[in-house]
Amino acid sequence: MTVDFQSVLQPAGVQSAEMARVWWVLSVTATVILAAVLVALAAALKRRSQMPSDQRLLRVVGAATGLSVLILFALLTTSLVAGRSIASLRDPNPLKLEVTGNQWWWEVRYDDSAPSETFSTANEIHVPVGRTVQIDLQASDVIHSFWVPNLHGKLDAIPGRINTLWLRADEPGAYRGQCAEFCGLQHAHMALWVIAETASEFERWRRGQIAPSVQPVPGSVEEKGKQAFLSLPCGMCHSIRGTVAFGQVAPDLTHIASRRSIAAGTLPNSRGHLGGWITDAQSIKPGTRMPAMNVSAEDLPPLLSYLESLK
Amino acid sequence: MKRCSRATCAVRTEAVLVAGMAMLALSSCQREYRELQPAPADRALVETVATTSFRPGGVSTPPAVGNPYHGNAFAISEGKRLYNWYNCSGCHFQGSGGIGPALMDDEWIYGSEPAQIYDTILRGRPNGMPAWAGKIPEYQMWQIVAYVRSLGGLEPQAASPSRSDTMQKSGGTPAAPAEPPPGDRRPPQKP
Repeated sequence: MTVDFQSVLQPAGVQSAEMARVWWVLSVTATVILAAVLVALAAALKRRSQMPSDQRLLRVVGAATGLSVLILFALLTTSLVAGRSIASLRDPNPLKLEVTGNQWWWEVRYDDSAPSETFSTANEIHVPVGRTVQIDLQASDVIHSFWVPNLHGKLDAIPGRINTLWLRADEPGAYRGQCAEFCGLQHAHMALWVIAETASEFERWRRGQIAPSVQPVPGSVEEKGKQAFLSLPCGMCHSIRGTVAFGQVAPDLTHIASRRSIAAGTLPNSRGHLGGWITDAQSIKPGTRMPAMNVSAEDLPPLLSYLESLK
Repeated sequence: MKRCSRATCAVRTEAVLVAGMAMLALSSCQREYRELQPAPADRALVETVATTSFRPGGVSTPPAVGNPYHGNAFAISEGKRLYNWYNCSGCHFQGSGGIGPALMDDEWIYGSEPAQIYDTILRGRPNGMPAWAGKIPEYQMWQIVAYVRSLGGLEPQAASPSRSDTMQKSGGTPAAPAEPPPGDRRPPQKP
């Protein structure tokens, strides 16, 4: 399904459908009332010479007040009913995710009772269509806000606190989300993708993410790139499972080639963009925690080949 | 002294106010100065940094190297973040020491000058301190140096983190007299 970029009015999940319904009810009602008030005003202006009797005036004002109260209560009920049905969307056996907002990227951890089934990825959430997802939102530094308009409203990610968001995607597709709380220099470059797919596609993706990183063939260019990765400072912050790089403060790169974007939705994931990002991230995203790297000209192509092989 | 008229008094007060605000603004500029594109190159110290004042045979002392981030609040807070990111806290804890020496007291085995701390991080020291050369970009090492010095009260109090989740040296009691560092105060430029 193709959706307009981040549109609240193109709901793809049950929560956003409720919100879109409330939006339509409120907008249509408000428009009708505005039109009625303008017509009444025009009529009053036209007949301003004839002053109605006090009794008639009292009746009109009384009726209008009563009508306003009724309409406001009806709207309040609509909003409460929508809020209730969103809040009751819980599932005893949801897909559990931990999403942590960082300056300026999203860490996504898939929880499981078996430790070998948990894994971490960045800026990309895959969910099976029709299954309820429980997202525990946290923040590591400042307040962020998680917002995927096609699926749900905003919820803040606050340091030292866990906020829980429930959502369910009913239509397969890729939905863009972004940070909705100003969080520093690169707040605008803090996006993520939610990819809703069929249960079998999701399971294939999940199996792929759990697996350790691809081991390059000895003597290959990827092997040379892996050596470059491990000799450069990369592993101080990043981890690639299956190697000695186990930094925990930057996106996990074990399966970086499987992701659609790099730098939190800033750039598409391609060899050229990756090269630019590694050598001079500060020009692309000034202030990012990724420092400029001094990669030699003979190390960079193998390094890129290695990263591209991490499917 | 002749008293000024009301108008000239007002002008003088305004001038003093404007000058004061300008000075405040300028000093806070330096306190918050941030370089968004620090040089990627490793600018290892060329001179060997002395850790004692003993010198063989009347050799002149090498020029002192100042921390480009001295008194820079942004750099010190970045240093604080990196101190935990790079697991300095794994041995030194939050400055109190444990596996490694304490950083908030006034005993420095290899010296408390910025260049000496930088050298300690860059090359490592015997009995446990690893060498971080090639692992941590140079400008980040200087940020960590600034933070480590702030732990012991060696950075200006106005620039040091005022509140911490962990134990902290109380303000206003520096472990050693804070003195302005020699050399260039601006962060390293791109070559």
